[in-house]
Amino acid sequence: MPNHAVPDFAPAAPEIFLAGAAMALLMLGVFRGDGSSRLVSWLSVLSLIVAFFMVQMLPDGTGITFAGMFITDPFAVFMKSLVLIGSALAIVLSLGYVRAEGFERFEYPILILLASVGMMMMISANDLISLYMGLELQSLPLYVLAAFKRDSTRATEAGLKYFVLGALSSGMLLYGCSLIYGFAGTTNFTALADSLRGSEDVSLGLLIGVVFLAAGLAFKVSAVPFHMWTPDVYEGAPTPVTAFFATAPKVAAMALFLRAMLDPFANLVSEWQQIIVFVAVASMILGAFAAIGQRNIKRLMAYSSIGHVGYALIGLAAGTETGVRGVLIYMAIYLAMTAGTFACILCMRQKEGMVESIDDLSGLARTSPLMAAAIGIFMFSLAGVPPMAGFFGKLYVFKAAVDSGMYLLAVIGVVTSVVGAFYYLRIVKLMYFDEPAEAFEKPAGMELSLVMAGTGLFTLFFFVYPAPLVLWAQAAAAALLG
Amino acid sequence: MGDWPLLSIVTFLPLVGAIFIFLIRGEEELVARNARNVALWTTVITFAISLLIWINFDNSTAQFQFVEQGTWIGAGINYHMGVDGISMLFVILTTLLMPLCILASWESITVRVKEYMIAFLVMETLMIGVFCALDLVLFYLFFEGGLIPMFLIIGVWGGARKIYASFKFFLFTLLGSVLMLIALLYMYVDAGTTDIPTLMSHNFDPEVQKWLWLAFFASFAVKMPMWPVHTWLPDAHVEAPTAGSVILAGVLLKMGGYGFLRFSLPMFPVGSEVFANLVFTLSIVAIIYTSLVALMQEDMKKLIAYSSVAHMGFVTVGIFTFTDQGVTGSIVQMLSHGLVSGALFLCVGVIYDRLHTREIARYGGLVHNMPRYAFFFMVFTMASVGLPGTSGFVGEFLTLVGAFKVNTWVAALATTGIILGAAYSLWLYRRVVFGQLVKEDLKGMLDCNRREILIFAPLVVGVFWMGIYPAPFLEVVEVSVANLVEQHEAALEAARQTMTAAAQVGN
Repeated sequence: MPNHAVPDFAPAAPEIFLAGAAMALLMLGVFRGDGSSRLVSWLSVLSLIVAFFMVQMLPDGTGITFAGMFITDPFAVFMKSLVLIGSALAIVLSLGYVRAEGFERFEYPILILLASVGMMMMISANDLISLYMGLELQSLPLYVLAAFKRDSTRATEAGLKYFVLGALSSGMLLYGCSLIYGFAGTTNFTALADSLRGSEDVSLGLLIGVVFLAAGLAFKVSAVPFHMWTPDVYEGAPTPVTAFFATAPKVAAMALFLRAMLDPFANLVSEWQQIIVFVAVASMILGAFAAIGQRNIKRLMAYSSIGHVGYALIGLAAGTETGVRGVLIYMAIYLAMTAGTFACILCMRQKEGMVESIDDLSGLARTSPLMAAAIGIFMFSLAGVPPMAGFFGKLYVFKAAVDSGMYLLAVIGVVTSVVGAFYYLRIVKLMYFDEPAEAFEKPAGMELSLVMAGTGLFTLFFFVYPAPLVLWAQAAAAALLG
Repeated sequence: MGDWPLLSIVTFLPLVGAIFIFLIRGEEELVARNARNVALWTTVITFAISLLIWINFDNSTAQFQFVEQGTWIGAGINYHMGVDGISMLFVILTTLLMPLCILASWESITVRVKEYMIAFLVMETLMIGVFCALDLVLFYLFFEGGLIPMFLIIGVWGGARKIYASFKFFLFTLLGSVLMLIALLYMYVDAGTTDIPTLMSHNFDPEVQKWLWLAFFASFAVKMPMWPVHTWLPDAHVEAPTAGSVILAGVLLKMGGYGFLRFSLPMFPVGSEVFANLVFTLSIVAIIYTSLVALMQEDMKKLIAYSSVAHMGFVTVGIFTFTDQGVTGSIVQMLSHGLVSGALFLCVGVIYDRLHTREIARYGGLVHNMPRYAFFFMVFTMASVGLPGTSGFVGEFLTLVGAFKVNTWVAALATTGIILGAAYSLWLYRRVVFGQLVKEDLKGMLDCNRREILIFAPLVVGVFWMGIYPAPFLEVVEVSVANLVEQHEAALEAARQTMTAAAQVGN
């Protein structure tokens, strides 16, 4: 394609729309002031929904545009759908909280919108440059969001910590990119894949570049040993922001990880596989053991998410189509479980404000049985006990591992899931077996109850008809490796 | 009746009942009463419908009957239900015990009755599903799903150390099962389907079979439970409410034995053959050791729990003799134990409801003021001992005949278990029922009321029926077991030939 030609905008239409919507809403907010934050929030949700449908309407098959920098395929559609759902849920979850805590600021949903554009860009990146652009467009709003409650020292500490460590990881990632560019002579994924295909010996410099790239990406998905920021940031950030961190950005980073490893560096599987195996094993073990001592539910969820990333990475470690399918199914189910769990955490409000200790859940089955049932469903699902949805996520990633002959990895996975089951069960125990503590206030607004009910029913009844999600993930995985 | 999806109706009817109970609203007292009634009626109707399975069951074939198939996940994982002679009676056992459990909880459960009944009905669906499922993933779903309601039943309505017991129960069983999950996935990858009848005819590599067998063994041995992974059982039994113990002993333990018969034997014949001696050793240790431990117990429920481990030892011996008598005996023994141990726990429940202690030393001389109770307790004690004329005898006798054919030492050592079993059972009975009625608080205890008689009556009938005229039960089991043993031997022979052929090629 000659450089002066106007690129085809159609494949990027949802991103362009969302970016435009974010800026229009920013204008609206600026002129109407903070009083308009509720309106801006709902309009943001609406824009995300519109973008969701635009993503669904993209033509089937692969579309590449912007001089090979941007790609859409069924894989991107799958992941973008998840990201958009996650972002919309995050805005909805925050509505009651911002009202009650008094930080009704219209910038909040707009930052989520901008981060969503960045995440979609990450998912569609087909070049190291667009990869970095998407990553930064996602990260900058997230840094701001982490410190959004600027009067709180904990939140600002979380924001700063996230920023410093995030910048470090971006640096590593960029260093890796430059090494790759230096040794391969191109930044384009398609060209990289072509140049590596069939070549027997790969230069060491390129390998080091890939290692740095993987390290940077492991930071973004918060896999061990690049996980240190997660518990602090999860605990310090305002709860709805944590809910957002735990869902959409994880999905987007995982999508980027999959594409970056399996598209340009598919031929180096044997090289990067060992890294991913180590990262997966370490994440599963740490996620299982470190969470046992946690009393703060947000910290607990942070370790839980580290563990879950470990399970999802099993699928990537397998490096096959089955593996990718496993990751996709896992992330979809993880998104629902996590959003639901955070909806429950956001309901943990007593007279003097939000509470975060798991002991506050004591006897919840007596004081609010439905919420206890919902948390129970999420905990059993996170533990991977059938018939909850979480079981199917694990089923498919373990299947990928067995498929590729990585039996030891699968065995470590299931054993750590038993260890992990202990702390999920402890929450169930607190709610059902113990004497009631102080009851929670009625949740502010219907939104939380709706999200809780929706994700809870999805998690509980997923087993009835899992075929659509499995087939969709199958098609998406085939597209990535096709 | 032929067109009705009978198995699905029986499996999911309790779930419908659970949803009804969930929807009950109103005052607590009223909700509790309605929940009890709905649960009782649901389980009774489920039992009645499940009898249709037995009535329409064809004894002359080893094929799966009442088969239902439907698409579910796709790619070789489908909704497939069916029963054969091995599984059918376990379904009936489950549906029979459930109404009795609900009745047994009628007065003893006073808090959170609604949740209790929901948990039990969900449990029933999952248990029946385990015995009906003909797809591995479906089986696993039911098998593992049962942990959730049982965890809650022990943890919410249990005794003093309920939290320890419920966690131990959950984590032990889960750890065993997840290893089975890996094996299951391997089989799925290897055969391309999780359909159980297809997998039965699939030949797995003999070397791999050993690993697969061990993985399934991990799960079923814990569930069974076999020594040395039985330690969760006494804790769970002691702390669970009476009905929970009945379900644990009556049905959950049978899942292990059923799993051996459904999976280990037909799918991994080589693995089963190789590890048969391991199973014998563990079973003998279980029979003798846990019987001795049972002799020393101060707590009635703990004593019965240990006796369950010993009785299950006979089951595993019987299964791994690979003989008609041994396998038939183990099935009958499981059914009999389901009735007898369930009944014994109910017996403990009766006096526990009155005195709120399970300590053996606190009782004595109950025959004087509770003659009806003494009668029931005696019947079940005798059945537990294996007295001829009761159900326990048939199972143990057949198992020992099977064992004798294969290995006389195993048979001889297992028989000592019967002697020890008589010792601890009779001693328990003597200490609780006979002697002088001297303790003041015992004198005021009332004999079984009408509800309790209603609970025991069907069990007494079952125990004697199986003991005196076991033919209806044996006929159901016969053809399927013969087929299972035959298939097992044929598969073993085939594997042996392949191995010799491979060895010759190697030379």
